[in-house]
Amino acid sequence: MGKVNNNVPLEYSTEENSLKIFGFWTFLGAEIMLFGTLFASYFTLVDRTGNGPTAAEIFEITPVLAETFILLTSSFTIGLAIHAMRLGSKKATLTFMGITLLLGAAFLGVEIYEFVHYAHVGAGITVSAFTSILLTTLGTHGLHVTFGLFWGIFLMIQIAKRGLTSVTAGKAFVFSLYWHFLDVVWIFIFSFIYLKGMM
Amino acid sequence: MSEFFAQFAVPHPSTLIYIAMASIVLGSIALVAVVTYFKLWGYLWREWITTVDHKKIGIMYLIVALVMLFRGGVDAVMMRLQLAVPENSFLDAQHYNEVFTTHGVVMILFMAMPFITFFFNYLVPLQIGARDVAFPRLNNLAFWLFFMGMGLFNISFIIGGSPDSGWTSYFPLAGNEFSTSVGTNYYMLSLQIAGLGTLLTGINFITTIFKMRAPGMTLFKMPMFTWSALIANLIIVFAFPVLTVALAMGTMDRLFDTKFFAIGDGGMDMLWANLFWVWGHPEVYILILPAFGIFSEVISTFSRRNLYGYNSMVWSMIVISVFSFAVWTHHFFTMGQGAFTNSIFSITTMAIAIPTGVKIFNWLFTMYKGKIEMTTPMLYAMHFIPLFTLGGVTGVMLAMSAADYQYHNTMFLVAHFHNVIIPGVVYAMLAGLTFYWPKMFGFMLNERIGKATVWVMSTGFVLAFIPMYITGLDGQARRMYTYSESTGFSMLNMLSFVGAGIMSVSFLMLVWNIWYSFKNSPRDIGSDPWDARGLEWATHTPIPHYNFAITPDVTDSTSEAFWDSKKNGTKLFKGEIKDIHMPNNSGQTFILSVFFFIGGFALVFSMFTLAIISLIGILACMGYRSMEDDHGYHIHKHEVEETEKSYDKKGGAK
Repeated sequence: MGKVNNNVPLEYSTEENSLKIFGFWTFLGAEIMLFGTLFASYFTLVDRTGNGPTAAEIFEITPVLAETFILLTSSFTIGLAIHAMRLGSKKATLTFMGITLLLGAAFLGVEIYEFVHYAHVGAGITVSAFTSILLTTLGTHGLHVTFGLFWGIFLMIQIAKRGLTSVTAGKAFVFSLYWHFLDVVWIFIFSFIYLKGMM
Repeated sequence: MSEFFAQFAVPHPSTLIYIAMASIVLGSIALVAVVTYFKLWGYLWREWITTVDHKKIGIMYLIVALVMLFRGGVDAVMMRLQLAVPENSFLDAQHYNEVFTTHGVVMILFMAMPFITFFFNYLVPLQIGARDVAFPRLNNLAFWLFFMGMGLFNISFIIGGSPDSGWTSYFPLAGNEFSTSVGTNYYMLSLQIAGLGTLLTGINFITTIFKMRAPGMTLFKMPMFTWSALIANLIIVFAFPVLTVALAMGTMDRLFDTKFFAIGDGGMDMLWANLFWVWGHPEVYILILPAFGIFSEVISTFSRRNLYGYNSMVWSMIVISVFSFAVWTHHFFTMGQGAFTNSIFSITTMAIAIPTGVKIFNWLFTMYKGKIEMTTPMLYAMHFIPLFTLGGVTGVMLAMSAADYQYHNTMFLVAHFHNVIIPGVVYAMLAGLTFYWPKMFGFMLNERIGKATVWVMSTGFVLAFIPMYITGLDGQARRMYTYSESTGFSMLNMLSFVGAGIMSVSFLMLVWNIWYSFKNSPRDIGSDPWDARGLEWATHTPIPHYNFAITPDVTDSTSEAFWDSKKNGTKLFKGEIKDIHMPNNSGQTFILSVFFFIGGFALVFSMFTLAIISLIGILACMGYRSMEDDHGYHIHKHEVEETEKSYDKKGGAK
């Protein structure tokens, strides 16, 4: 762990970091199974609406499009943050991370609005198997984003205080993997839950 | 106020439960008193609770496993006693339900799982020549999460009531309508917490095995146990998230009235059965593959031959791990998927017997022309092969979906899965425990008592479970708390009870053996008392906490590096002693896990304020950890040299 390799990006420069990044990829493998199970359950239960509303009756395109654009943009900005980190610019890294987190917060704001809307139109979580799995799948993604916001804030404080070291760079890189992953999950949610539901 | 306390009362109390309560309270008081009297709190905190040493964490898993073996064993004996004679009234239906539920959960998740995790922890870093696992502190956290889940499950029968809907907890039986006590809440939440720990273990060991092998150790030069650990941990990472989702849905159905598995409002009870077994079937391979790994180590050591068919051993495990995700429907052939689906799953299930058969033949060919030495671990392996094969064959019988309609949900099934799990997993764990005991504790277990234990255990096993095949084919249903005399099951059930008693004796003999050997066994056994083969034996005994003073290099060796160095003089330790970097201990993981325990307990009783407070505690711990700057410490080269010299005086591997 004392070994420092200068031929690779900062986040891979120590053995400890390369272990952590590998471990995080493994964790993302588990996350894929988690969301995969939620999607499989969603497809199983999507038409089992009981006395409640169907997907087509409650989905609204406007907030969903807003969420999609906001989250996709944030995936781009976290990429820029990592790019800035590799160029060694602390200020640009922090700026792009800040923008990413603001976009994340905006996404959450729209999602909360969406949930309130569902409650208003009689699609609360206890209404039917369909609403239960819909809100659980969206909610699990939303909780991941919320967790990411706190994580990102803690990281920004560390980078601001300690600069771009191998430790903070490793953490930032792992965070970016997490954030991109949430974006990928959202693309599946957008395509297979919303678009398919509105067709 | 009294209403608040009333919810913690046991809904179906009995004398037995009151006795258990009293003994738990008295036992805890005695434990606290002993620890306080001998001023051991500081020692426990510094050396064990906060430890990041994979060997000590391993030992803690072992202790939990043995305690849970006792608890699950008592449950088993209670069931056999109840069924020993017809119309018995030792347990009533409700208590019988609770006992078979906890027996299953405890034995699979809180006995077998920590037992294999003990071997992962203790052996994998040593076998691959590493100083620790990839994430030592995560390893400690994984243990404590597992431990808190175990604790939460085990307090259920004295606070609020045991789960009583089977270890499979099928809905709608497990829903609020039919399971009115908080028992099933305990099931959902304790498994969730323990499962999180297991997932962390999986991530940790995959990273360790892929990234931290000694120089020269390619994947196909890894010791067989490490291979089995790698495959088992890959299955863990891909199977446990399914359980996570299923348990979360079950919890929400029970606490928040969601409709996933409900009877009305579109709910689908079969979704639970499917999700449970999509996790549950891979789970049995998580248990059996490391058992196969242990037997591979034991059989090649005591046949004094290299393991026969190394590559086919590895590939058979890989094939098993893939198939393990494609057979889950065979757990409910009779629950309405239709003939086509059943046929597919019948075929995949039977196909698993092929790679398993490959392994059996590899072990046999390893022994062929070997210089077999019938030690206790080898004797376990010798009993394992025929008994496990019998269990495998009855498994193929159960896999035939048409025939399954005859014996599904009977004692035949119970006999089958005990027939694979006991000779498979339990024998492997005990063989491994006996085999590695001298490495861990510096003395051997007595061979005479050890071998007698194996014979008594197998006798008890055959008496206890073979009769169940017969009563099962005759139609004795599982999970029924009694039967009438006219069924004609009496004699065979009595036989099973006697068998269970004999098995209990064998476990007492194991305990006696530990005590006897602790008192009488010689301590000057060196570091390689069995003349064994893998890198784990190339360390000193007791193992210094940095494991290897110099990282071994196995470029010139085979998968049995230590054997090569003994027989062919291959040099393992090249280079010189340097400073060694070690991680710091931490108490944060324990505190974090306590918050998980409190949060879980709060949710069991729907105390949401307390649950939110624990959630804040959990997040605060994680935030603190994020900001912490901990670089570990170095053991200076001179200290390492001093330690090594003290071993050289005692002799041992160089």
